[in-house]
Amino acid sequence: MSAGTTKLNVTVTDVVAVNELVKRFHFERTDGGDLPTFSGGAHVVVEMRDGDKSRLNPYSLMSSPHNTRDYTISVRRDDSGRGGSLFMHNHVKRGMEMVISYPVNLFSLDLRARKHLLVAGGIGITPFMAQTAQLAGEGGNFELHYTCRTPALGTYADVLHDRYGKRVNIYYDDTNERLPLERLLASQPLGTHLYVCGPAGMIRWVRETAAAHGWPDETVHYEHFAAPQPGLPFDVTLALSKLQISVGEEQSLLEAMEAAGIDPPYLCRGGVCGQCETNVVSYDGTFKHNDHWLTEAEHCSGKKIMPCVSRFEGKSLVLER
Amino acid sequence: MPAKTILSRPVYGTLSPQTGKNHLFIADAEGAAAILDLAKKAPDGFFASAHIMFIPEMAGNQFQTALRTLKPAQFYEGPSVAAALPRLRQTLANAHMGLRLYLTGSEGLIGQAMQVALEAGIDHSSIQTEHRGSWARRVQCVHCKGITENVTTQPATCAHCGLLLLVRDHYSRRLAAFQGVCINAEDPSEIPQKEEIFR
Repeated sequence: MSAGTTKLNVTVTDVVAVNELVKRFHFERTDGGDLPTFSGGAHVVVEMRDGDKSRLNPYSLMSSPHNTRDYTISVRRDDSGRGGSLFMHNHVKRGMEMVISYPVNLFSLDLRARKHLLVAGGIGITPFMAQTAQLAGEGGNFELHYTCRTPALGTYADVLHDRYGKRVNIYYDDTNERLPLERLLASQPLGTHLYVCGPAGMIRWVRETAAAHGWPDETVHYEHFAAPQPGLPFDVTLALSKLQISVGEEQSLLEAMEAAGIDPPYLCRGGVCGQCETNVVSYDGTFKHNDHWLTEAEHCSGKKIMPCVSRFEGKSLVLER
Repeated sequence: MPAKTILSRPVYGTLSPQTGKNHLFIADAEGAAAILDLAKKAPDGFFASAHIMFIPEMAGNQFQTALRTLKPAQFYEGPSVAAALPRLRQTLANAHMGLRLYLTGSEGLIGQAMQVALEAGIDHSSIQTEHRGSWARRVQCVHCKGITENVTTQPATCAHCGLLLLVRDHYSRRLAAFQGVCINAEDPSEIPQKEEIFR
């Protein structure tokens, strides 16, 4: 078992099709008790047993942190992804027992902020569902700006609008509505914190624009789970465990280690938390770094790799594991 | 620069121009020289969106002309830190994100201006600081909670309750003061020699 990832046995109590791409899943404890408390922005890692394959995917909790009877997550179907979302959509049914991790928050609100400016793109809305519920319950000052493709695909746009009225601003791509980012950033009172969750390009745009407008790094929060990218298969020697393993095309290095019975620490499985950081003993080839954890210098040094999302191409790779 | 003795003891840097929409400088006495040094590294037009609040204290009139030559959008000269703080509070209450804050001069000035900035919701790590001039300390007596300004000796006498205090490096950002603890609680007749060490 990995550090900080104590498991919970849960039962799926409901599966709701939200729109053509998104399904919502409700989990309650199989033993009937309350679930652990969490804060807005937290995620759980859902274990999926798909035949002989096992998948561990992180999903943001979107239910209110004030309710620990059940947890809910929303999953957007990705037909060209590695299969986790398809498994959730096609195989997970009401009544099924599953295993999820304790909640972990790598995208928490800074409650010292005078105001919270929340920016979501697409399915990146999910952590904000929980954060807005938390803030609204505590009388927090927030404003949500949400871009989605079309009204039909605007997941929870209607719910949010009903709950929070003018505090929610929605922009639809199909009618060319644009998030007025520059104006928003220029007009926030001192002490505002900015949160962004959405596609990688949107996160980059928001972070760069905020930096150019003089927003200190400490006030800009973002969450980007990079799903592990597929790539060429490669072989790895694990020096401490004295094992030789192969990483498949669709598998991450972390998953390959787990399949070989090694249990490296992890929290996010998306290249952001830093838990699975692994030292490189020697290598002959090229790293394909996909994480947001290591610095540019560390990426170039050839001394570290984040096995949850990063890959390798070349003759040999020896890791300290 | 003092050695980092314990975690809370503030460590100051060197001012450098930040990316921002507006720039607010607060300086006392020799802190003015840090602003003038920053100006040498600043891009053209930087001070057109700057506001300088200057408290000359013992420096008299030696910096005002040079500071005004930077052509800041606003220049304020105040008689004391205490008089400048309400003005700072008001300025921050009306400010927007994109304002960058630069504090320079004595520890007391940096600490008190930072205290006001923290109350306005600015994270301490996004504030630029540079120490210049006096190392005199603001000290809170942990017994009576009174604050004594401009403490230069070790030990120091609490201006409120009269206890003889060991001035610690333990610093409170919330109070903008170092902590002073009675040095002779066991035997009040024991009176250690005062030495002037915070100059």
